[in-house]
Amino acid sequence: MTAEVMTAGPPVAAPATASRLLAGPAWSAGHERLAEHCHRLGLRPEGGEWLLRSLQDSGLGGRGGAWFPTWRKWALVAQRSQGRSVVVANASEGEPLSAKDRTLVELRPHLVLDGAVLAAETVGAREVVVYLARGARAAHHAIARALGERRDAGVSEPPIRIVRTAHRYIAGESSAVVRRISGGPSKPQFAPPSPSQRGIGGEPTLVQNVETLAHVALIARRGSAWFRQLGTDGSPGSTLMTLCGNVGRPGVYEVDLAAEVGGVLQLAGIRSAGAAALLGGYFGTWLAADTLPHLPLDAAALGEGHGASLGCGVLAVLPEEACGIIEAARIVSYLAAQTAGQCGPCVHGLKAIAATMTRVASAEAVPADIDRVRQWMRLVRGRGVCRHPDGAISQLGSALVVFADHLGAHLDGRGCVKRHNSGFPRPPRSARGWR
Amino acid sequence: MSAVPLRRLRVNPILCDGVGYCAEIVPELIFLDDWGFPVIDPIPIEDETCLRHARKAVANCPKVALLLEHLEASGH
Repeated sequence: MTAEVMTAGPPVAAPATASRLLAGPAWSAGHERLAEHCHRLGLRPEGGEWLLRSLQDSGLGGRGGAWFPTWRKWALVAQRSQGRSVVVANASEGEPLSAKDRTLVELRPHLVLDGAVLAAETVGAREVVVYLARGARAAHHAIARALGERRDAGVSEPPIRIVRTAHRYIAGESSAVVRRISGGPSKPQFAPPSPSQRGIGGEPTLVQNVETLAHVALIARRGSAWFRQLGTDGSPGSTLMTLCGNVGRPGVYEVDLAAEVGGVLQLAGIRSAGAAALLGGYFGTWLAADTLPHLPLDAAALGEGHGASLGCGVLAVLPEEACGIIEAARIVSYLAAQTAGQCGPCVHGLKAIAATMTRVASAEAVPADIDRVRQWMRLVRGRGVCRHPDGAISQLGSALVVFADHLGAHLDGRGCVKRHNSGFPRPPRSARGWR
Repeated sequence: MSAVPLRRLRVNPILCDGVGYCAEIVPELIFLDDWGFPVIDPIPIEDETCLRHARKAVANCPKVALLLEHLEASGH
């Protein structure tokens, strides 16, 4: 079966690797120092309206997971700012399978800070906040050192401070970010007003993922045409991905968005075709193994062809001997426990779905239970103040499709003989609080 | 081409406690889910009677969780 999958189509996938954000000194050297960063990339130009146009031409989409056009988000804040707004470099990375944001911050803090300062200059912000999860110690250390280097070198830029938060899946949602930095819990808020209307201190706030900001730092220096040398028309550039599960060398990789999943998997060393893969993390989509080799990373191809999205760039490969139903139930249970506890449909709906799926996973359920789960999934969609319930059921819904054949064994009394351990990294324990 | 801007009902799910008055006042647009929280039909309200009921539901929500929003100002 493995051989069949591997010989379908061209024998060798196109090279997927890219070296832009992670170019420069070896990873073992730790964070790139300011002098080396400036020597390698040259001085950064000053931000302004020109950069908004350049970002529009580049087609850069937000790498926090939504791929929203960066220039549009900036334009919304810029038109309301009048010199009083805030830029947040969001590195909180609540997705348990993702490591790309904190890896980027650990290795290239100045690239991220350059991007954040460019954003501040372009939208007219008076302050930059770097937002980190408390557990990301190396990333915090790298940013703190980098800020010290910039101060010592007398770099002219708006004040930059660090705010940390307890690890929570939704702590990085933009309205939760605003609430936390304003001194509250990292829980989402009702919109309007959205952060771009009224955020930190009542001022328009731009919350931007750190990888997006790092791309901006390069686009500002090299231009939008350079950015488009990689990727496709609809999904230009490169992106960071976290590969995990059944791969030889799990970790963070920078890939060309013109690549196919098969080429990406080769970077991390394919062990076997695997049973399926989860693309986009816990809010993502399960994809059957036979679709993977020639699956493009291009957003339109993923969306129209497979109802999937690259999301935060996680690709987790499930080994053939592991059970996808058990893993899907485990993920939805984790997400149910990660609710902020604010919205009834999310609190009660995800809890009911998780409890029933746990019984399905241990083969203690009947087919009518799955019908109820499907009904609840339709019922909770779009009914939270944030997308938490929607993301949780997107993952589960695709699992019920991809593992449909095996689901029968969980429901008709045969029982599941597959391995319960997926080999996916386990999520960190969340602190009790929301700060 | 109505002169009056179209409106639709929306709930702030953080404020909503599942009291359920709204579903009794506007059953044509709201039903309660398995846990007693309102599921709202997000269509623009064109019917006058329906709009009157919607206004009444908004005014009677003890948690002030229900709102009538102008479609243009929905933030999308």
